Amino acid sequence: MKKQIQYGAMVILISFLAACASTQDAAKSSADDKDGAAKTAPAGSQKSAKELEMEAQLAQEELKRQRLLSEESIYFAYDSSSVDQASRPIVEAHSAYLMKNPDVKISIEGHCDERGTREYNLALGERRAQAVEALMKAFGVPEKQIKTVSYGEEKPVDAAHNESAWRKNRRVELAYKGK
Amino acid sequence: MMGRTNMRFAAFALLAMLWPVSSHAILTIEITQGVDTGIPVAIVPFTFEGAGKPPQTVSEIVEADLARSGLFKATPHKDFPAMPQDDAQIRFPDWRSLKIDGLVTGSVKWLTTGKYQVQFRLYDVFKQTQLAGFRYVIAPELLRTVGHQIADLIYEKLTGEPGAFNTRIAYITKDGVRSATVFRLQVADSDGFNPQTIVTSPEPLLSPSWSPDGQRLLYVSFEDKRAKVYSQTVGDGRREMIAEFSGINSAPAVSPDGKRLALTLSRDGNPEIYVYSFASRQFTRLTRDRAIDTEPSWSPDGRYVIFTSDRSGRPQIYRIQAEGGPAERLTFEGEYNARASYSPDGKMLALVSGEQGRYHIATLRLDNGALQVLTDTPLDESPSFAPNGRMILYATEVRGRGVLASVSADGRVRQLYRSEAGDVREPAWSPYNRELQR
Repeated sequence: MKKQIQYGAMVILISFLAACASTQDAAKSSADDKDGAAKTAPAGSQKSAKELEMEAQLAQEELKRQRLLSEESIYFAYDSSSVDQASRPIVEAHSAYLMKNPDVKISIEGHCDERGTREYNLALGERRAQAVEALMKAFGVPEKQIKTVSYGEEKPVDAAHNESAWRKNRRVELAYKGK
Repeated sequence: MMGRTNMRFAAFALLAMLWPVSSHAILTIEITQGVDTGIPVAIVPFTFEGAGKPPQTVSEIVEADLARSGLFKATPHKDFPAMPQDDAQIRFPDWRSLKIDGLVTGSVKWLTTGKYQVQFRLYDVFKQTQLAGFRYVIAPELLRTVGHQIADLIYEKLTGEPGAFNTRIAYITKDGVRSATVFRLQVADSDGFNPQTIVTSPEPLLSPSWSPDGQRLLYVSFEDKRAKVYSQTVGDGRREMIAEFSGINSAPAVSPDGKRLALTLSRDGNPEIYVYSFASRQFTRLTRDRAIDTEPSWSPDGRYVIFTSDRSGRPQIYRIQAEGGPAERLTFEGEYNARASYSPDGKMLALVSGEQGRYHIATLRLDNGALQVLTDTPLDESPSFAPNGRMILYATEVRGRGVLASVSADGRVRQLYRSEAGDVREPAWSPYNRELQR
């Protein structure tokens, strides 16, 4: 898993550099054209369809990365502490950010819905936070950048006593600490 | 690291002590279900000798306690054949037609020393004998206490079991919303009067546990943004931090001899049960497994600790010797069993029993393993036995608010505790208050 990510990151990096190069070439070509009569069309219009496609893809991936990073809550099924497939990209995006910024620390806060006993829920909240921590460490985040804490059922985002509220409260929150 | 006092805690304790007595969460207790035929008693209003009126009406307190127990039926005063001002005036044959099991008379006399002399007698109307009678000399602030103590004596004489009126309850209140939330740990008389705020915090408070002498409360506070265990003297507010290891420090339970504390620590990676000695300040680990082990509670003889563990997949109750050893599973019925505590006679447990996402209060008989579910409301938690083992106080939800309620161990009597606070939760019934001399 880790190798695939590294490979993927490499591909993205190379594509990015290539994109940068294309843009720079285009800029350089426009500058040249300004000097003399343009006998050939500007280099920008000579970008291959493939290059354009890669640029668009990069822009999309960047948007996606930003969107994932803006997600600060990961939700859990009732009585469960497994990070589901849908949440893994969020954890991955935050992990990538943390690895790029070694001075930044994150606090992983575990929460539960109100059902069941308070002390057991305090422990379950910790288990959820630890599950996310384990996944981040698997992605490569150093332990010293991660802290976990559990609030059990004590800090719900929705204090109503129904399924809709409970679903919102079964969560882990990712909170960044300053440098 | 743990078990020390320092300036910061002293200052915090001082703040808690000086915090004005809260007018929030005055609890009003009402019977929602009583036994069909209560024991009939007649309580003649106590006579008063002194200037003005006494600050408390002792006979009213006695009558309210007995009626609230759900086991007694107090005869309306208008049905009394007479209002004897003096026991010499009692004519027992006149009272026989009321068919009462007990007649109570008494007097309150203000003494020049500034104290009150309170005297009462309980009579068997048919045998024309006195069943109990005592005299107390007390300071004015103990008038409610003496009323509760008299109620306990009457209760015991007429039911054969000790009462639990001369006790207190600790509980947590939550007021306000979001960033303006305030949590309080409060102690009130068991009839809901005289609430005192022991701790105030903008962060959650949990799991109050009484020391057996009723002088201290152990509890969990999130004031440092994570769960830590503190011990605080109820009288003067002096506070001591007990456990602040990394991870969770929670679920304190004082042993019956007051010398040890069972608690949950997750410092080794997952929540385990530990036993702490107040004298040596040493922590001894009791459980060793990868599951969640929490919510420890002591057997009345101090030999065993029961706890919640999900080592078999979901939470169930286990028992282990306080010195350590193998854990024995106690609950086999139901998906989820947690937060168990022993009855004072050691014969049964009160616990939270869950099925399909609904959580009720239940009892487990230790002789035959029979589980009896006592409530049908779906969000019940934190059961706590009265020191006479008859009533179980717990937290529930009524119309979206957290409130306290109680149910008798046999399920026949139910009470609801109305409060002015936003939410009330985490009740803990105190041991018996110190008896007044008589």
